[in-house]
Amino acid sequence: MSDAFETTIGLEIHVELATASKMFCSCPVAFGGEPNTRTCPVCLGLPGALPVPNRKAVEYTIRIGLALNCRIAERAGFHRKNYFYPDMPKNYQISQYDEPLCVRGHVDVPTEDGVLRVGITRVHLEEDTGKSVHVGGSGRIADSDRSLEDFNRAGTPLVEIVSEPDIHSAEQARAFVSELRAILASLGVSDVRMEEGSLRVDANVSVRPVGEGEHGAKVEVKNMNSIRSVGRALQYEEARQRDALRRGEMPTQETRHFDERTGRTSAMRTKEFAFDYRYFPEPDLVPLTPSRAWVEEIAARLPELPAARRARFAADYALPAADVAVLTASPEVARWFEEAVAAYGGEPKRIANWVTGDLFGLLNDAGVELTEAKVTPAGLAALVRLVDAGRISGKQAKGVLQAMFDSGAEPEAIVAERGLEQVSDEAALQGAVDEAIAANPDAADKVRAGNLNTIGFLVGQVMRRTGGRADPRVVNELLRRKLVP
Amino acid sequence: MPIDRAAVDHVARLARIALTEEERERMQAELSVILAHAERIAALDLDGVEPSAHAIELTDVMRPDEVGECLSRDEALANAPAVEDGRFAVPRIIEDA
Amino acid sequence: MTELHWLGATELASALDAGEVSAQEVAGALLQRADEVDPSVRAVLTRTDERLLEDARAADRRRAAGALRSPYDGVPVGYKDIFVTRGTVTTAGSRILEGYVPPYDATVVQRCSAAGLPLAHKLNMDEFAMGSSTENSAFMATRNPWDLERVPGGSSGGSAAAVAAGIVPWAWGTDTGGSIRQPASLVGIVGVKPTYGVVSRYGMIAFASSLDQAGPLTRNVRDAAALLEIAGGHDPRDATSIPGPAPRLLDGIDAGIEGLRVGIVAEFMQAEGLAHGVRARVEDAYRRLEKLGAELGEVHLPISLEHGISAYYLIAPAEASANLARYDGVRYGLRVDGEDVVAMTSRTRAAGFGAEVKRRVMLGTYSLSAGYYDAYYGRALRVRTLIKQEFARAFEHVDVIASPTSPTTAFRLGERTADPLAMYLSDLFTVAAPLAGLPAISVPCGLSPDDSLPVGLQLIAPALQESTMLRTAYAFEQDLGFAASPEGRPPL
Ligand SMILES: [Mg+2]
Ligand SMILES: [Zn+2]
Repeated sequence: MSDAFETTIGLEIHVELATASKMFCSCPVAFGGEPNTRTCPVCLGLPGALPVPNRKAVEYTIRIGLALNCRIAERAGFHRKNYFYPDMPKNYQISQYDEPLCVRGHVDVPTEDGVLRVGITRVHLEEDTGKSVHVGGSGRIADSDRSLEDFNRAGTPLVEIVSEPDIHSAEQARAFVSELRAILASLGVSDVRMEEGSLRVDANVSVRPVGEGEHGAKVEVKNMNSIRSVGRALQYEEARQRDALRRGEMPTQETRHFDERTGRTSAMRTKEFAFDYRYFPEPDLVPLTPSRAWVEEIAARLPELPAARRARFAADYALPAADVAVLTASPEVARWFEEAVAAYGGEPKRIANWVTGDLFGLLNDAGVELTEAKVTPAGLAALVRLVDAGRISGKQAKGVLQAMFDSGAEPEAIVAERGLEQVSDEAALQGAVDEAIAANPDAADKVRAGNLNTIGFLVGQVMRRTGGRADPRVVNELLRRKLVP
Repeated sequence: MPIDRAAVDHVARLARIALTEEERERMQAELSVILAHAERIAALDLDGVEPSAHAIELTDVMRPDEVGECLSRDEALANAPAVEDGRFAVPRIIEDA
Repeated sequence: MTELHWLGATELASALDAGEVSAQEVAGALLQRADEVDPSVRAVLTRTDERLLEDARAADRRRAAGALRSPYDGVPVGYKDIFVTRGTVTTAGSRILEGYVPPYDATVVQRCSAAGLPLAHKLNMDEFAMGSSTENSAFMATRNPWDLERVPGGSSGGSAAAVAAGIVPWAWGTDTGGSIRQPASLVGIVGVKPTYGVVSRYGMIAFASSLDQAGPLTRNVRDAAALLEIAGGHDPRDATSIPGPAPRLLDGIDAGIEGLRVGIVAEFMQAEGLAHGVRARVEDAYRRLEKLGAELGEVHLPISLEHGISAYYLIAPAEASANLARYDGVRYGLRVDGEDVVAMTSRTRAAGFGAEVKRRVMLGTYSLSAGYYDAYYGRALRVRTLIKQEFARAFEHVDVIASPTSPTTAFRLGERTADPLAMYLSDLFTVAAPLAGLPAISVPCGLSPDDSLPVGLQLIAPALQESTMLRTAYAFEQDLGFAASPEGRPPL
């Protein structure tokens, strides 16, 4: 029965740009900070203040448009979008309406069923609002008794990316957002942190019986604060609408809020009232006419995008798809990996294993980003070389990596300090071997009698006497020479 | 076209102005007269005429991405009718267009 | 010597230079004049006596040290209360901003201060510059110094009346549809609306952003040129500011108008409602221009006359409806409590805005709202294109366009308040220039034979041709001699 429905999803994604200053004024762009300490007459909407657009923000928007295969407008303009909201200082948002900077692009999204091409309707530039804190009741807007406004964020440059309704499942939506985030991260235009709100995803979801021409009611889903919750929320919403249709109910057009804890969406308390934004050309600003030369210059400086990087990693480093996916998830990780491979000089897969396995494990446990970690690419390369050279065991290396992660020290230094380096000099080990045989005559006799399994016990005894530093292969060899005829 | 009472109420809500009964009535009459005068432009042939959002044609005015000075928090909040925790306090928010 | 309060800015600067008077004496004389006449004229909203005297003291110190900031250092200037002044209350004539103290200075204020001009009062105006009589001020109606029963025009009526009454030698106003030129005309002084983008709008409280332009109100043409030189020129804080340095306007102002082509607007002279006495004085003015060597011709601006007011009263309120949305009781200004934020904001705006502001915000909201945009705002923007084209055609044949500034002389207080449309028609001849972004001036051309009230001649020039316009006005003013004579001063 579930095959009898099809889902259509369009996404609207807001991206805070990581410029130094705000969209229309010179206040700094930064996350957090004491409330209302990063405002000026412009971003507070004081009487008489005027906006002047940030050239870098326009450049970043064009960069995004180019990366999403959009056409860059020869003439673009700003409009005022009018509605009252206490977190919006002017009670209109300067946005783009019928003349956006970028139009008609697409993203090729890798999915388990192959590549999905999602159309990009438009990419436009606007300004962010301030932030409300709701006080009283549970702290949610619905039952609060007042709200407090902080305008530090007001005026942060915000890019809105609107997709075509080309997405047909929650999983595809998740994959699209993930790919888009990777692209934006590669471009270096945003922090793309969903938890901090620098990447915000709204979805329009409609479900209809297969073959029915009419789209179902569009339901807008908001408040998905991670890529995982995009998948969860849309999966829930898809099922909810399908169940409603099965019961013979039509889902109503509404905005629904995703609750991270319950994994459900619920209708927001909005009044039945058609929005009337009264868009009109922003008279305080003049048109933008990005020159071909400027656009070409921006295009020439586009960094390698995730799809190209994935292809290159697979080809150049001979890595399996799973490793490629993990190592190209962000440009920082990719760069880190490539530096480590270069410093190492050996088989890239060896480095890949250490990064995706032990190193990511440590990062996850500590909740630290790779870029913030104390382990350097050169450090990891040196560590793997120590193992390759047989100077420490693989098991010891894990401990060394932990120490590198904790202290930032070089692996050589840790090995030396802990006295970990293996002793493989026969003469140096001879004494310990003799001692072990003398102290364990029964075991020695068993070996002499041909029970070679017992040799492992004697190796362990030598290791104990050398504080674990003996090279077990050499010890093994010495014991055999002494005991096996 | 004369503006009706429902339109006056709709516009008053969009504009966030609480009108008295008397104001609503007067507004309806006055806006109708003004719009009737303004509607004279309906008689003009505007085919092929581009709109002028600006009087003077300028393009591509932008500023460099440089950080400048902010107001202090005290300055930012100095004129606020209500302040709590360094923020502007407002009565509870209801979602409405 | 003429009393200090009757001297123009250039004359005061000369007196200061000659050591005949100190800046503090000038300031003291002006304050005394304000004490005497402002109770009846009511031009000043916020007196800044202390600031004025302090600024004047500083100017005297600079003069003593030989460190003058400009040739006008020490000459006080007044501001329409639409320019924000750091630390000094700025209300835009509205209850909603009563007591509001801005944390920054408008660019115009900054530049005048940088030139050493002491700040002399915040002057009355129609609320948010919406009006043509200054009766829409939330605080008081300003009177015309020529007849206290009459209006000074508006919306820069406080600035105009203050200059005409000798309270300040010159002042800043703003013009959106005629708000500098019409009051200048009604009180018998000079008022200039520059080309859109010549004077920064930063810190000038917005009414209709695509039309608003600041300009001087002065006793003579030379002072107007000087004040524009002081504060004009590119401002990186205003994205609509025209690139380039401040215009050089004093150079060649006295070069005469031999051979200048002046176009008389045929439709304006035939307009219904043009008062007999105004027509008579303006026709005298045309003959005088001819006598001075100008070649007179006719130009046609039928769309400006027929549709200018309509386009203006669709475009300006639409922009205003957005510009005034920020007065919501959240960050500054009046707040009237309510059970939720919508009620709070709606009550605040109901209590804080006057009738005219509400009318225009409603009108603008309506004309932008879904289903009406194309018929009203969108269409008005295209009429605006026609008006620009009409001017461009006219300027193919003439250097300057001449007309009356206002169809009538000053009207009586209350005469037009009950009929908004009649009030709007006060702007009949002035709305076209801002719609097209063009510079325009009103220069006195004597008193009407009907009522002995001042009449203004309007001159409009092509964009950025302020120098031609000022040269014409200057030649006319010098030949007429009205401004310099006691006849040019109100009986006050
Ligand atoms: Mg948006
Ligand atoms: Zn700011």
